[in-house]
Amino acid sequence: MSTAAEMKKTWLTPFNIIVGIILLVGGFVTILRFTKGLAGVTNLTDNYPWGIWISFDLLCGVALAAGGFTTSAACYVFGLKRFHSAVRPAILTAFLGYSLVVFALHYDVGRPWRLPYPFFVQSGTTSVLFEVGLCVFLYLIVLFVEWVPSALEWLGFKKPRNVIVRMTLALTIFGVVLSTMHQSSLGALYLIAPSKLHPLWYSMFLPLFFFVSAIAAGLSMVLFEGTLSHHYLHDKMDKVYLSEHDGVTFGFAKGAAVVLVVYFFIKIVGITLDNNWHYLLTGYGAWFLFELLGFVALPAFLYAIAVRERNACLVRWAAVITVLGIILNRFNVSLVAFNWQLPPAQKYFPSWMEIAISVFIVTVGLLVFRFIATKMPIFYEHPDFKEHVPHEGEEEEAPEFVEHELKPHPQSLGH
Amino acid sequence: MKRRAFLSLLGAGGAACLLGQSAQAAGPKEFPGYPGSFGVLFDATRCIGCRRCEAGCNQVNGLPAPPEPFDDLSVLDKQRRTNAKTYTIVNRYDNIPGAAGPVFRKNQCQHCLEPACASSCFVRAFTKTPQGAVTWDASVCVGCRYCMIACPFDIPTFEYWEPLSPRIMKCTMCWPQITTGKLTVPGCVGACPVEALVYGKRADLLRIARGRFAAFPGRYLDHIYGEHEMGGTNWLYISGVPFKDIGLREDLGTTSAPQYTSGALAVVPIIATAWPALLVGIYAIHRRMDKVSHEEQVQAVTQAVAKAQEEAAAKLAKAKADAEADKKAAIEREVKKALEEAAKGQTEEDK
Repeated sequence: MSTAAEMKKTWLTPFNIIVGIILLVGGFVTILRFTKGLAGVTNLTDNYPWGIWISFDLLCGVALAAGGFTTSAACYVFGLKRFHSAVRPAILTAFLGYSLVVFALHYDVGRPWRLPYPFFVQSGTTSVLFEVGLCVFLYLIVLFVEWVPSALEWLGFKKPRNVIVRMTLALTIFGVVLSTMHQSSLGALYLIAPSKLHPLWYSMFLPLFFFVSAIAAGLSMVLFEGTLSHHYLHDKMDKVYLSEHDGVTFGFAKGAAVVLVVYFFIKIVGITLDNNWHYLLTGYGAWFLFELLGFVALPAFLYAIAVRERNACLVRWAAVITVLGIILNRFNVSLVAFNWQLPPAQKYFPSWMEIAISVFIVTVGLLVFRFIATKMPIFYEHPDFKEHVPHEGEEEEAPEFVEHELKPHPQSLGH
Repeated sequence: MKRRAFLSLLGAGGAACLLGQSAQAAGPKEFPGYPGSFGVLFDATRCIGCRRCEAGCNQVNGLPAPPEPFDDLSVLDKQRRTNAKTYTIVNRYDNIPGAAGPVFRKNQCQHCLEPACASSCFVRAFTKTPQGAVTWDASVCVGCRYCMIACPFDIPTFEYWEPLSPRIMKCTMCWPQITTGKLTVPGCVGACPVEALVYGKRADLLRIARGRFAAFPGRYLDHIYGEHEMGGTNWLYISGVPFKDIGLREDLGTTSAPQYTSGALAVVPIIATAWPALLVGIYAIHRRMDKVSHEEQVQAVTQAVAKAQEEAAAKLAKAKADAEADKKAAIEREVKKALEEAAKGQTEEDK
């Protein structure tokens, strides 16, 4: 460690080597994609026009980035101010998540430079995809504006930062509205194909299923990512973040438990209304039950127990299972249960290059997250922009009330 | 505080459920199709599976030559679908119960009255022409392939091998050639040697089909496939064997594709208008509750302080009064004592 030669070697860590390989492979497949076309890198067919770049990068990416709107809504709209320290990491994750969704779409669509066409050239307003596109486009802007204060604090631009911070409530509400619309619309995409989707997954409530499960996914993703950040970015966290962390963990776990229970029951309602019970005895039925019991009911139960026993470790496990469950659900809707009447030989399985691009995109996201979280005030409050009074973890956060800051906050009196 | 917040969360969730449900009632509109639009009637009892329609289509549309020539009938041994180099294909269906031999069926775009592809396209690249054909515009297509997801007949195909300018490929009912006067009937219809295909106005085709039902009792099933399927199509089929046995799905229903999404789309403006009001309301309730609890606490503190002050004052007053009384008593005692002393001295002096 002491000699110069050894110092030079240290950047060759296992982490960096793996990341380097992923980036190289990703670059290589990118070149192939834009020289040989989709046929050169994907296993897509005319029967399966959408593969894992849609299932994982778009459907899962958007659902797992729902932590941004759930956290900011919980904090600023529903008045759960103790979640304030979780807002910035969640907004950053959501912003990066949505950016990567849009980035990934450039690989998938035939003529990526035309992605703005629906908004600026010719709009097909009867298309659910138009709604998805418009909402994602607008929400990306909202997330950017919500994230920008971190960057402005880092750069020391006080005035523009304060202007944006004053818009927090409006931005949050706009974000919740847009998220409600496009999270549900991703499910609504499949409403047009009742003949292709297995009846157990097709329901007129698909939009509601996608929206409610996205809330559970968002909350679980905040928990999951909090665990990872704690492990790798602990030194970047301030006292307030660390002191609020337990409250956030159990508060979110409780929320996720409630949302998962609601989700479980509306899924049951969906089966009942379409009277699809008899399908449960088929192979697809077993797979459906595996998803519903193993990845909805089980994590709901684990969350509830974890909250009751204040067991943070169990919360983490429940979060991981929920996140996997959302991925499983989106894959089931878009790939497994889709084209269920096709003979197995014609079903789609991704090529290694499709998987490589998805891994590449997630890796890029992780790197950018790490860069921003180590440079900018994400897990701590910038000393020049503190809204917390030290040692009183539950002070005023909503920036609209900055002028009242000297008054004691009702909550700090109550405790 | 926590419980209140979760109750509001639950309330909002309930409202979302209500919205989702009510929206399903929206949009029961029906479009009977453009009057006078054209279509093709396919008669499965006449088709001999010669693949001349495939060749005709390939020629008039300038599509690339297939690996096997069109007179090679061995390709019929496998079930095929349309692809980006083939707008139409003929499949052979063997061992159909009740049929004397194999039955052939041609497949291509059905040219729906209310096309799923057109409804699902977010740049309106598809057009349902008043003449009946569904056409596609290369100048706006982004290549998202949602039309392929949406089409219940698996018709649109994609040039996956094109890196930057892939097209959606599908049958146009030879609309470009017919409008420019190059053709009078679609290429496939013109090539059919046995009149299994008839091109004409959709209304006339329905009459022709029913005429055949009447003229040849027992030869046909009493159903014109495409008259109502998926809201109706301009391409129509009649057959002597069940349609599901010749690769036409019978479970598609008569609802047109756009109606499946109209409910969900109808909720969008509702969310856009009602959601902000609901959220601001929830926010305002929390603000108000915080304010009230703050005021209550301030009031409680003030009251407690006032009470304490009152008690202290009373205590003080009592202590003061006691002290005063003590003082008075002491003075009186002293005076009494002095008087007694004086009286005592007097008596002693008197003695």
